[in-house]
Amino acid sequence: MKGKGLPVLTVVFVIIALWYAAVVPMNVKEVLTQAERAGAEIVPPSAADRRDASRWALILANVDNLGESWAMDRARLPAPHQVVRELWVSTWGEEVNGRRGIVQSGSFSNRSLVYHAGITLSATVLGFAIGSVAGVLLAIGIVYSRVMDRSVMPWAIISQTIPIVALAPMIIVVLYSVGLSGVVAKAVISAYLSFFPVVVGMVKGFRSPEAMQLDLMQTYSASKSQSFWKLRLPASVPYLFASLKIGIAASLVGAIVGELPVQRGGLGARMLGGSYYGQTEQIWAALFVAALMAAALVWLIGWLERRTLTAMGVPQ
Amino acid sequence: MSAPVITAKSLDLTFETNDGPVHALRDVSLDIGKGEFVSFIGPSGCGKTTFLRCIAGLEQPTGGAISVNGMTPDEARKARAYGYVFQAAGLYPWRTIGGNIRLPLEIMGFSRADQTERVNRVLELVDLAGFEKKYPWQLSGGMQQRASIARALAFDADILLMDEPFGALDEIVRDHLNEQLLELWARTEKTIGFVTHSIPEAVYLSTKIVVMSPRPGRITDVIDSPLPRERPLDIRDTPEFIEIAHRVRDGLRAGHLDD
Amino acid sequence: MTLVILALVLWAVLWLANVWLVRNSAVAGFASPLIFGVTILIVWELLVKGLEVPNVILPSPSQVAVTFSENLPTLWADFVQTILKGALSGYVIGAVAAVIVAVLLDRFDFLRRGLMPVSNFMAALPIVGTAPILVMWFGFDWQSKAAVVVLMVFFPMLVNTMAGLLDTSAMQRDLMRTYGAKYWQTLLHLRLPAALPFVFNGLKISATLSLVGAIVAEFFGSPTTGLGFRINASLGQLALDMVWAVIVVAALAGSIFYGVLTLLERRLTFWHPSQRQ
Repeated sequence: MKGKGLPVLTVVFVIIALWYAAVVPMNVKEVLTQAERAGAEIVPPSAADRRDASRWALILANVDNLGESWAMDRARLPAPHQVVRELWVSTWGEEVNGRRGIVQSGSFSNRSLVYHAGITLSATVLGFAIGSVAGVLLAIGIVYSRVMDRSVMPWAIISQTIPIVALAPMIIVVLYSVGLSGVVAKAVISAYLSFFPVVVGMVKGFRSPEAMQLDLMQTYSASKSQSFWKLRLPASVPYLFASLKIGIAASLVGAIVGELPVQRGGLGARMLGGSYYGQTEQIWAALFVAALMAAALVWLIGWLERRTLTAMGVPQ
Repeated sequence: MSAPVITAKSLDLTFETNDGPVHALRDVSLDIGKGEFVSFIGPSGCGKTTFLRCIAGLEQPTGGAISVNGMTPDEARKARAYGYVFQAAGLYPWRTIGGNIRLPLEIMGFSRADQTERVNRVLELVDLAGFEKKYPWQLSGGMQQRASIARALAFDADILLMDEPFGALDEIVRDHLNEQLLELWARTEKTIGFVTHSIPEAVYLSTKIVVMSPRPGRITDVIDSPLPRERPLDIRDTPEFIEIAHRVRDGLRAGHLDD
Repeated sequence: MTLVILALVLWAVLWLANVWLVRNSAVAGFASPLIFGVTILIVWELLVKGLEVPNVILPSPSQVAVTFSENLPTLWADFVQTILKGALSGYVIGAVAAVIVAVLLDRFDFLRRGLMPVSNFMAALPIVGTAPILVMWFGFDWQSKAAVVVLMVFFPMLVNTMAGLLDTSAMQRDLMRTYGAKYWQTLLHLRLPAALPFVFNGLKISATLSLVGAIVAEFFGSPTTGLGFRINASLGQLALDMVWAVIVVAALAGSIFYGVLTLLERRLTFWHPSQRQ
C-alpha cells in the first residue's frame, strides 16, 4: 500500500493527542481532591458531593486546578509520558542503577520488567515449541490416517470453539501440587493453546495441493514419504507460518494467564499485583511490555517466513 | 445515416505503466448512428474493449472528444443512457434471477409495480420466462448470460454495449444467442456496440464492422455491411457473407504487419 | 490394577471399532468422533479409579457429572453473569462497532490507510492484559468484563469485515457504475452482501474470543459470581470436580454459541460456494 507512512503517523499522533486529552476527565475527581488538600478552593467543596457529579461539570467549574492531571500518582488514566517514564525506570533504570540490577549485582533485578518479561518469555517460547511440534505431528497423523482424521479432527475443530484457557488455573494448581511449577507448568498451558491452531492450520496446509498435483506424483510412482517431503510439506509452508503466528500470540496469552493463580513473577503476575495495590502505571508498563513482546514475536515469525520463502525460491 | 448517437473525434487514451506509456487508443474517430449494430473486432490490445468502456464512461480518455446522446459519457452514464453487458454474467449470487434484473430498477428508483412488469417483459424477451425464482448457480452459462442481457434491457436504455458476451459459451449455444440477439435488436431498435473476437459473429450480427489493431490501438477499417437486416443463420454460407469476412480478415492481417 | 488393564483393553477395542467403522460404514461421519470421545471418558474413568488418583488432582468423569447435577443453580447463575451479561453484551457491541468503523474506513481512504496497520497490530496483542485496567475503570461487575470482550472482538471483526468489503471484483463494481449508482447504493446492494461470508468468519472467531475474554477478565477481579470466579474459588477449596463442572459449562456455551452462528451463516450466506458443497 503506497503512501502508508503519513496516514499511519497521523493516526498515531491523533491517538496520542486524544489520550492526553482523555487524562483530564478520567482523573478529574482525584486531581480535585488532591488540589483541595493542598489548599485550593474547589467547586463543590466536599469530596462526597463531587463523587456523584458529572466529570465534565467538574472540569468546567474548576479549570484552574487541573494542572496536576498529567502528573498524578495512581492515576485512573496515566498520561503517555508517565507510562514511558515507568517503562524506563523499570527496565533500564532498575537494571543499570538499581541495587539489584544487573550492573551492580550481576543478575536481573526481580523488580525490573526485564526480569518479568524474561519469565513470561521463557514459558511462552517453551510451550510454543512443544505445542507446534506436537501440532505438526498430529496433523501428519490426521492427514495420513483416515481413522485419526474421522475421530480426532472433529475434536480439534470443536476445541477451537471452547475457551480452553479456562483450564489454565487448574493445570497450574494441579501441577504445582505434584511439584511441577514455574516454567514447565506455564509451558504446558502455552503448549495446548498453540497446539490446536497449529493442528487445524497444518491439516489444511497438508491438504492444500490440488488434485492435479497429487495425481502428477502418482504418475511418478512416488512413495508416500516422497510425496510428503516434496509436495505436501512445501505446499504447507504458508499455512505453517500463518498458524505459528496465531500460535505464538496464543502461547503468550497462555503464559500470562498461567501466572495469575500462583504468582511467581512474570508480566501477568505484575499486572495482577499492580491491580491489587492500585499501581496503575505498573499495570500499564507491564501491558506495554507484553504488547511489545507479542509484536516482536509475531514479527520474528514473519521474518523467518520471509527467509524460508526466499530460500525456497518463492518470489515475494 | 441518421443523426449520430455516439461520436468520437481523435480519441486518445494512454496508460502510464512501469514499462513506459501504453497507447491503448490513438486518434480514434467514429460515428455511430441511431439503430446501428456496430461490431468491434481485433486482436488483444487493439483497444476495442477500452473504446467501449470510454463510451460507457468507465475510462477517461487522455485526449480528443467523445459524446453520447449529445452529452459527455459520464453525464450519459448518470442519465442511465445505456445498458452494459460484461464478458461474464456477473449476476449477484445472493439474488434470484428476478432479483438480479430488479437490481438496476431498484437503484434507479422505479416503482414496485413497474419493476415487476419490466422483469417479466425482459425475461420473456430472452426466453427465460419462469426462471425468476431460481438462483444464478442453478442456471447454465448460456442462461446466465441471457439473464445478464435481460438485466441490461430492463430499464429501456436506448444504447446497449456488449463486451464479448458470448465468448465463454460453446458454438451451438452461441449461434442460438446470436439469432436471439438479432431478433431482439429488430424488436427494440436499440443502438448496439458489440465487441468480439469472432469474425463470423461480427459479420453475422452487424450493420457496421470496425476492424482495429494494436500498438497503438487504432481503427484499421470500417466496413458498412450490405447484408439485409433480416438474416437467417445460413446466410453465413453465402458469397456476400464470405466476401465481407475476407475483407475483415485482411483488415486484421494488416494490423498484424507490425508484429 | 485390573481397572487399568480393562482401560487399556477397552481403548484398543474401541479404536479398532473406529477403524472398522471408517473403512466400512457410512455413519463414520459422526459415529467416529463420538466413539473417540466416549473412549476418552471411559479410559479416564477407569484409569482414575484403577490408579487411585486423588480427587484433588484429577476427579473421575462420574464424579464431575454428580457435582454438575448437584450445583445447577450456582452454575446457572455463573453462566448468566459471565456469558450472558459479560460475553454476549461485549460481543454485540464490539461486532456492531467494528462493522460501522469498517464502513467508515471503506468510505474514507485516508482513515483506512492510517488505521489498518494499527488495527492489524492491535489484533495480535494480548488484549486480556487490559483486564486489570478495565476493572479499575468499570468496577468489578460484568461491565468491565464486557469492556474486555469489546476490545477483544473489535479488531478481528474489523479486519475481517474490511477484507469482505474489498472482496468484490472490478467487474461487479463497474456494473454499479453503469447504473449511475451512488456510494451508499453500491454499499447496500453489492458490498455488504458480498462481505457477509467474511463477516461470519469474523463472528465465529470472535465468539470464542468473547468467552475467553469474559472468563479471563474475571481472574483479575470479579464479584462472587461468574465462571472465572467459580474456577478460582473452587481451586482455592481444592474442589477440582467443581472446576471441571465449570469447564463443562464453558465448553457447552462455546459449542452452542458457535453452532447458532453456523446455522445463521448457512441461512444468510446460502449462496456462497463454501456453503453449497
